[in-house]
Amino acid sequence: MNLIRKFYYGDIPDEKAGGNEISKSSQSQPDEKSWPLWEVFIRSKQGLDHKHCGSLHAADAQMAIENARDVYTRRMEGVSIWVVESKYITASNPEEAGELYEPAKDKVYRHPTFYNLPDEVNHM
Amino acid sequence: MPVQDLEKKFQEKIDNEVKIEPKDWMPEAYRKTNLRQISQHAHSEVVGMLPEGNWITRAPSLKRKAILLAKVQDEAGHGLYLYSAAETLGMGRDEMINDLHSGKAKYSSIFNYPTLTWADIGAIGWLVDGAAIMNQVMLTRTSYGPYARAMVRICKEESFHQRQGFESLLVLSRGSKEQKEMCQDAINRWWWPALMMFGPKDSESSHSEQSMLWKIKRKSNDELRQNFVDMIAEQVKVLGMTLPDPDLKWNEQRKHYDFGEINWEEFWNVVKGNGPCNKQRLDARRKAHDEGKWVREAALAYAAKKAAERKDAA
Ligand SMILES: [Fe+2]
Ligand SMILES: [Fe+2]
Repeated sequence: MNLIRKFYYGDIPDEKAGGNEISKSSQSQPDEKSWPLWEVFIRSKQGLDHKHCGSLHAADAQMAIENARDVYTRRMEGVSIWVVESKYITASNPEEAGELYEPAKDKVYRHPTFYNLPDEVNHM
Repeated sequence: MPVQDLEKKFQEKIDNEVKIEPKDWMPEAYRKTNLRQISQHAHSEVVGMLPEGNWITRAPSLKRKAILLAKVQDEAGHGLYLYSAAETLGMGRDEMINDLHSGKAKYSSIFNYPTLTWADIGAIGWLVDGAAIMNQVMLTRTSYGPYARAMVRICKEESFHQRQGFESLLVLSRGSKEQKEMCQDAINRWWWPALMMFGPKDSESSHSEQSMLWKIKRKSNDELRQNFVDMIAEQVKVLGMTLPDPDLKWNEQRKHYDFGEINWEEFWNVVKGNGPCNKQRLDARRKAHDEGKWVREAALAYAAKKAAERKDAA
């Protein structure tokens, strides 16, 4: 497959780069443990659900909340924050989408529009 | 499922404007291209804080200082949104940051130019953020879901950046003779580098089709650049200033502005590391990272201690 050779803003391919010297000092040593990843959920307004808005790294839950405040609510986008370490999220597998969601497809009687009522019946 | 079928299904999704999400099957080259592009974009946001940070302590008023601080803080946030998006493609944050510091990964060359006067801060907001916005608005519709969502968030914040820059220049353009000169000088120095932000001419980049086909990108370099020139050529009149291009002229037939040739030798030189500030920028990044090492470690040690205390109490 052709590799992309078109250079857009923020997309200079590796082989066109060069020149910069390699500094050893600033390579995080392999022994440097990194802060875990957290998923952030924000309630934008009282009465609404918390909604996933992104992720960030933090040493612990308290720091995750403080960082989320700084990153995701600088313009009053939230009134409440949830954080959870990403490793605790279990996600459904897209490959199983068929088994999971298709059974709902042929159950049209679950929708109100399935039922034909006489015109005299209002507000139902 | 054979790879050809997976690829066919993948392309069908793209053609039908269905976003690709992290756990979905994707061709390896799609993953790599996105990873490279998103991480380079993240690095650009982060390094982009350096030229502006240069003026925070010297902003001419408390109001301008607060505005500049807020803008620079936004750019840090943009870097974070983008690193998060890139991480969904399977590369760790540390690895990306190492690649930036080792010189392996690139960032936008525009940030290798110096900020010599206060007017540069206005010119950056207006021209540099302005050029970035053209690209980023297009990217809100990019095919990779996490990248598109990061872009929506970023675009909401960018228009403040451009407006504050223009307003800051507007004040200078109505000021003393020295202020007017400073304003024009900053525009003169930032104009061409801003045009270079859109990358090489379409005719110089032949193998581009894949990126368009995958809808990672939706407009060509030249298209975006032309839109930008048309916009700025009008706005500069409001400032009563000029753009440093004798060939800039409205073309009634094309309904676009014609403009002069970009100095591509300079462009590639800066990309290759020989711009006025390449070394300075990377040195500043490495220094910040190295000097922050003990903070990162202390935070982890503190978190471990707190967790142990909770265990004891339970
Ligand atoms: Fe930004
Ligand atoms: Fe910006």
